[in-house]
Amino acid sequence: MRYLPLTDSDRAAMLSVIGAPDVDALFTDVAAEQYLKQPIEGLPAHASEMAVERHMRRLSNKNLAAGDAAFFCGAGAYRHHVPATVDHLIQRGEFLTAYTPYQPEIAQGTLQMLFEFQSQVARLYGCAVANASMYDGSTACWEAISMAGRVTKRNLAILHEGLHPHYVSTIRTMAKFTGDSIADRAPSLQADGGIGELIAEIEANEPSCVVVQYPDVLGRVYDLSPIAEAAHAKGALLIAVNTEPVALGALRSPGEMGADIVVGEGQSLGVGLQFGGPYLGLFAVRDPKHVRQMPGRLCGETVDAEGKRGFVLTLSTREQHIRREKATSNICTNSGLCALAFTIHLTLLGEAGLRALAAENHRLACVAADRLAKVPGVKVLNDSFFNEFTILLPTDARPVVRDLAHRNVLAGVSLGRLYPAEEQLSHGLVIAVTETASEEDIETLASALEESIR
Amino acid sequence: MNAPNQSGWKPAMTPVSGHASQTVTGNRALMLEEPLIFEIGTTATTGVDLPTPVGGANRLGGLAREGEIGLPGLSEPETIRHYTRLSRQNYAIDLGLFPLGSCTMKHNPRLNEKVARMPGFLDVHPLQPVDTVRGALEVIDELAQWLITLTGMHGVAMTPKAGAHGELCGILCIRAALEARGDPREVILVPESAHGTNPATAAFAGYRVENIPATAEGRVDLAALKARIGPDVAGVMITNPNTCGLFERDMKAISDAVHAAGGYVYCDGANFNAIVGRVRPGDLGVDAMHINLHKTFSTPHGGGGPGSGPVVLSEALSPFAPLPFTTRRADGTVDLIEEENAGEEHPHTFGRMCAFHGQMGMFTRALAYILSHGADGLRQASGDAVLNANYLLRSLDDVLDAPFGASGPCMHEALFSDKGFAGGLTTLDLAKGMIDEGFHPMTMYFPLVVHGAMLVEPTETESKAGLDQLVLALRSLAERARAGDESLKTAPHFAPRRRLDETLAARKPVLAWEKPKAPAGEPTLNEQGGR
Repeated sequence: MRYLPLTDSDRAAMLSVIGAPDVDALFTDVAAEQYLKQPIEGLPAHASEMAVERHMRRLSNKNLAAGDAAFFCGAGAYRHHVPATVDHLIQRGEFLTAYTPYQPEIAQGTLQMLFEFQSQVARLYGCAVANASMYDGSTACWEAISMAGRVTKRNLAILHEGLHPHYVSTIRTMAKFTGDSIADRAPSLQADGGIGELIAEIEANEPSCVVVQYPDVLGRVYDLSPIAEAAHAKGALLIAVNTEPVALGALRSPGEMGADIVVGEGQSLGVGLQFGGPYLGLFAVRDPKHVRQMPGRLCGETVDAEGKRGFVLTLSTREQHIRREKATSNICTNSGLCALAFTIHLTLLGEAGLRALAAENHRLACVAADRLAKVPGVKVLNDSFFNEFTILLPTDARPVVRDLAHRNVLAGVSLGRLYPAEEQLSHGLVIAVTETASEEDIETLASALEESIR
Repeated sequence: MNAPNQSGWKPAMTPVSGHASQTVTGNRALMLEEPLIFEIGTTATTGVDLPTPVGGANRLGGLAREGEIGLPGLSEPETIRHYTRLSRQNYAIDLGLFPLGSCTMKHNPRLNEKVARMPGFLDVHPLQPVDTVRGALEVIDELAQWLITLTGMHGVAMTPKAGAHGELCGILCIRAALEARGDPREVILVPESAHGTNPATAAFAGYRVENIPATAEGRVDLAALKARIGPDVAGVMITNPNTCGLFERDMKAISDAVHAAGGYVYCDGANFNAIVGRVRPGDLGVDAMHINLHKTFSTPHGGGGPGSGPVVLSEALSPFAPLPFTTRRADGTVDLIEEENAGEEHPHTFGRMCAFHGQMGMFTRALAYILSHGADGLRQASGDAVLNANYLLRSLDDVLDAPFGASGPCMHEALFSDKGFAGGLTTLDLAKGMIDEGFHPMTMYFPLVVHGAMLVEPTETESKAGLDQLVLALRSLAERARAGDESLKTAPHFAPRRRLDETLAARKPVLAWEKPKAPAGEPTLNEQGGR
């Protein structure tokens, strides 16, 4: 077995030091009837590198990779071009195979990177402080609601209709067990997102927080300021959720519009689609006084015994390994490697690159919206959007999406798949257009759609 | 000498110990100081070629971003240099032995990285039509079948994104099962030796946590547990092998007692790597157990994550597993069960724990690792991990106190304490001394039941020669600690940084870079128009 360095003579020598006749004798605390003396039956034996690679390639080839199709899927996960430099650097063994930086003197690489990452996220979100990352956007969103409950000592979260349904589902799962109340509703398909109704709901209740996705799951964008004002007037926190960080290269930041907690999915930068994970939860607060209620790891600046600047994990008295059942969260990790990919990609882009990338995404999305609006029977829902918008078809979008897949067009995400219980949404199709789609791809999508719904 | 950049960053210029000379850059040959990206980048620099924005496409609803964000950019060569230099300040398993007990740092095969980057896994969207991702679903299903078989369980929830997230999943399954039978309960029992995530998880899921003490020999006190079990107890959370490095001999008796009282058994599977192919948790009466794929099946931890924590489930708990999951149809195709088609077939699922399907990138790596080992290799791996740990225990227990050294063989990790150290020296000092010897320190001060604990886990991917070198170093450090060697108090002496002031970091938190107040005439980030 190529990964196991011990030889049989090593094993014999070591057993004699221990004073045991064989390895089985080291398992004497296991009752005899529960100890397996032989490998478990029905499972294959070890395989060569070549054999494993062949097996995995066969499985990989059964999938239609986004790069082999005209591709327009979004709804919480986005395909962007990741520079080769990003993947090269994250595969350096010193990053890839390091553990959590519990020994800061020999983990400054990871720690400085996390400090830079936190600083970038805080700026992108218009916040004071960001943490060292969470599992993904959906779990970060629940943690934000949980945190708002601790801050306000209330337990009603009002969710805007445009919050990603998987996020809503995650929140509902958790709230079932913690006793929090969740008020949510399916999208109204109003171009303005029903913000007036949301504000009325805030005013009629005593919420701990209001959760608004920006841009929302249908691609709509709103000014968060009036929502923040309404929430603050009721003593509630505004939580803004962003699933497409590239959008913040073009759009005002949630923090500057008054969001108290900003969370999101960082997958767009550096991480890749990966069929849903691992992704990168981002979490930031506008007011530094809320830092001690934040979940997750934090990296902070300090000095060493010689006065040199250095970085350490800090404020860990909030965390499970110190506070156990009184911790702010049970989270015990971050998405370190994904955060590294994110921060390298964002460093390569820089502000100028991020703005150019965002502008190109928006330009192509406008081209696509205009072209799709010309397809007979298709209506574009949104007046405003970033790189994602919703179209309404004259028919259920689900079979159309499946049909287009056979034509090598991955056309987007149908609202029927996201909201199977909401019949009135079944004609909706969410289209995401990033820099990876060419104008030719857009034409391919439009003509395939035309044929499919004719 | 001015700083080597225009941003105000000044390298520390401290004398090299034992020499009068110092360098003006702060660098020492191959040991290079590296400023922050905010100190060397500019908002005008980019390392990516993108089309210059043209035309007036603006349907942003009047929300176009104004003013500067303040994000520094670097060119491609500068970027590579920055992160390569940073990487050199890190210890990693690729550099040497990383004996973190209860964390498990073993070799990360590069085949796994290659496989995870195959386009059919890396470049597929979680919401593509199911017909276009059958191979990805087969990976999940194939891995699920291995996990079920190796643990002797009935089902598995694949979506949890880390070990602690898996704990939450298991506890939520228990809660859902109890509620389904109209028997909500309030208490989860947690042994005091448990990982801190266990009580945090139970509390986060709305339970009251009660501790169960350990016996003098480092195992759960069965009598105390039995005395506490009652109709208000939803379940117990037990780590097996436990955090003292010992197998819980009474696990089956504990399960039987909990089941008899109507509760469920959660096993923290963080240490499953010690028993793979030798003990099936299902045979011990476990109802739910998470498996840290990054520990047992070696997916790289990347400086803190991501992890992946699938949860194997007993027949009683399987119906409550969260969406989405895979199912193999009679014709051999693997289907995806999510909101759209869960319907009547899966009415008890407790919902969703996260967006999408869990850690696919970890699944491909774990499956490649499992296939590489096979059933025979996995069994050999757990045997070698346990052999290595016992070899360390016996090679050191004359110079380091082994509090449970008489409690039987240890599993994959050996536990020591700082008993016998002189001159006020502690576990921390010995750990920092290990850094100077070129090793990553072991886990310190855990488990909490042992004063000054040192939990050493060599893993199966260390050679005997490597272990012998570690033994040599630890024996020397232990002797110095017992002699009260003052110089250990200031270790490490040879690391890129000396001891860092963690108290200062917590007392005056600096968690993001702030633009320094620049002296007149010196431009800073955002004011430079390029370079």
